[in-house]
Amino acid sequence: MKQRRLSSVPRGVVALAAVALAGQLAFAVVQPRPQARAEQLPSPPSAAMLRAMSLGDPIPLAQLWTLWLQAFDNQPGISIPFLDLDYGKVAAWLQRILQLDPRGQYPLMMASQLYAQVPDERKQRQMLELVQHEFLADPDRRWPWMAHAAIMAKHRLNDLPLALTLAQALAAHATGPNVPHWARQMQIFIYEDLGEYETARVLLGGLLDSGALEDPHEIHFLIERLNQLKDAEKSSHGPKK
Amino acid sequence: MRPVLSKVLTIARFTLLEAFRTRLPWIVLIIFALLALGSVFVQHIAVTESDRMQIGFLAASARMAAMFVLSLHVAASMVRDFNDKVVDLSLSLALPRAGYYLGKFLGFAGIAVAVAALASLAILTVALFGMSWAKFVTHGTSSTLSGLVSGPALALWGSSLAMELILIAALTLFCVITFAHIMPAISFVIAFYMLARSINAVRLLSTSQLLAPNEWSNRAMVRLVDALAWLLPDLDRFTSTAWLVEQSGSVSVLGVNGLQTLIYGSLLLGAGLFDLYRKNL
Repeated sequence: MKQRRLSSVPRGVVALAAVALAGQLAFAVVQPRPQARAEQLPSPPSAAMLRAMSLGDPIPLAQLWTLWLQAFDNQPGISIPFLDLDYGKVAAWLQRILQLDPRGQYPLMMASQLYAQVPDERKQRQMLELVQHEFLADPDRRWPWMAHAAIMAKHRLNDLPLALTLAQALAAHATGPNVPHWARQMQIFIYEDLGEYETARVLLGGLLDSGALEDPHEIHFLIERLNQLKDAEKSSHGPKK
Repeated sequence: MRPVLSKVLTIARFTLLEAFRTRLPWIVLIIFALLALGSVFVQHIAVTESDRMQIGFLAASARMAAMFVLSLHVAASMVRDFNDKVVDLSLSLALPRAGYYLGKFLGFAGIAVAVAALASLAILTVALFGMSWAKFVTHGTSSTLSGLVSGPALALWGSSLAMELILIAALTLFCVITFAHIMPAISFVIAFYMLARSINAVRLLSTSQLLAPNEWSNRAMVRLVDALAWLLPDLDRFTSTAWLVEQSGSVSVLGVNGLQTLIYGSLLLGAGLFDLYRKNL
């Protein structure tokens, strides 16, 4: 249906719309910007409750909760640094989100890359525990976060036994075709760092003999490392003789 | 009384009458009664703060239901007017289009106030029933719920809901004039309502420091969200459940909401009239 001409609208109506629009803009501009309230992070509802809230479609709800959790603690104005958060509740939220969307990688990325970066060893370990626990539920998909956790344990926490535990779990459980060899080889180099050259040499030799490696550069590099391990093993046994 | 004003008030009266004749009060009452029953269930399954949970559930669900029912009623009523040629008939009576539009709006605003009053009544009933039940269970030694919902808090909440519903009525009226069909009009109203309620949360999300705030694309997104927020009514300051369960409302907040209703209501009226005057009937 063709509309009538603009001139058919009375001037009073146009003036009303224009004044009201200007009033709305002025009203909105003078309002204070919204600010995050410095409130404590609440505990998450039960998994059953969250499923009921999702109305049978849990992924969008999981994504919404993820963004909410991410925005909760890092706002301009009154901000709640990660360090001040209750990490028990943070871990509970991340686990609930993973229950809603098990294929999503975001919660474990947040655990290892955001929440584990605080300068508080106890909280870092809490997040590594979470990554370790959740990794076991889907190792072939969640291996990157486990590898990151192993590196963190080694370089940030200087806890080689923990790094070894994580790397061993990674090698034992993440066996899918998409898991790169370097991830499964991590434990070998941690054994080397721990001074357990013999174990490292056996594992690396076994890997080379298994025929799982196809890249000639990678094979060459690992053979070089194997030789270095043999030398290191000999020199470590040398003084004892 | 001036003849145009008299006609405007007649249209408003007939709009109210139409709501009664289409059994809107009964529909609203039944919905609120069902929600009250649902709130009893929530109170029953809550392990702690059961009264707070009950009132919180009832207040939030009643607000949403009121918004939805009112917008559906306004859209259905206007589309019926267009289909039955009531608009043509009304305008043939030497009534300017603005008079017809204003009359309809006043009628719908009256319905909005009545629906808000019924919602407040439902909460009051549940609160009084809960208080009586608590007294019965504790042999007259407890009056817990009466402390949870005070009269002034309920009055603030109800007044704010009335303003919110008046805005929704004005918005739906504008949408029906613009889209001429119920489905697109209601879809727009629901989307608008959701966005207006959550726009402040969206603004907070858009300014997260995790998103490289100095990058131009992020800054542009923040500006875009800010501009959107300026064009929307600040509905998340309206009718907060915390006013009921935490007594956190105040007359000053209600005053700001009143000003927002006046400004945005005028804007919607102006936009709706603009569309109505350009429409070929």
